[in-house]
Amino acid sequence: MELNIERVEEEGRTVFYVAGEIDAYTAPKMKEALERVTPLEEADIVIDLTDVSYMDSTGLGVFVGFYKSVDAAEGSVKIVGTNRRLHRLFEITGLDEIIDVERIGGGE
Amino acid sequence: MTSYDYVEMRVPAKAEYVGVVRLAVSGIASRLGFTYDAIEDLKIAISEAVTNAVQHAYDDESGEVLVGCASYEDRVELMITDHGQSFNFEEAKRRTGPYDEEIEPELLREGGLGLYLMETLMDEVKIHHEEGVTVFMTKYFGGERGEAHDEQRVYT
Repeated sequence: MELNIERVEEEGRTVFYVAGEIDAYTAPKMKEALERVTPLEEADIVIDLTDVSYMDSTGLGVFVGFYKSVDAAEGSVKIVGTNRRLHRLFEITGLDEIIDVERIGGGE
Repeated sequence: MTSYDYVEMRVPAKAEYVGVVRLAVSGIASRLGFTYDAIEDLKIAISEAVTNAVQHAYDDESGEVLVGCASYEDRVELMITDHGQSFNFEEAKRRTGPYDEEIEPELLREGGLGLYLMETLMDEVKIHHEEGVTVFMTKYFGGERGEAHDEQRVYT
């Protein structure tokens, strides 16, 4: 069970390419990687979950917490590449109403 | 009494074992013939329950989490407890009941998303709170029950 996070700066944007499983064990690693983004003011962040095969409430908790910090600093964060299962997780918790989430191949 | 196959696992109350239990339960559900979506639901529900038990047992470094998995013809029953002493599946099952949000504060950490997901993804969730917390959950084949929960929203 592994989680790999690659951070790439692309045209003024910070993109996180996340691969693996996000659960109680790996979520702290995800949180740590996101917290290294400074300053949050006017930050433009994309979190790509295309290669995430599993996620539960621990991952959702990290993304919600990060979203709150970025939003408070008037930055922007967008989650992209959610597969059907991951997208369902955002939908049934209502978090897709709060955070900008785009499915694999685009669309909300 | 209907017969069932019973599997029990005892793991250290550490986050790194959540995935181990998830993999084992996924294997059992797959062998029973659950659909892909039902297996994914079970993986999340069992992880939420074990994560909760791990967090609950956080102060006790020697803590263990006990997981019981009973497979029947039409369903799978999972029992998760952070109280590792004397685990009698039938007896522990009888002692669980519907939970009360008012009196289960530690289950509602992080906005209660974990408990909400267990409720939504399983057909039945019961909790027994005495000498630690025991969570008992059931999922039936076919997913004909509990589908209505899918439309609920936590944040709206």
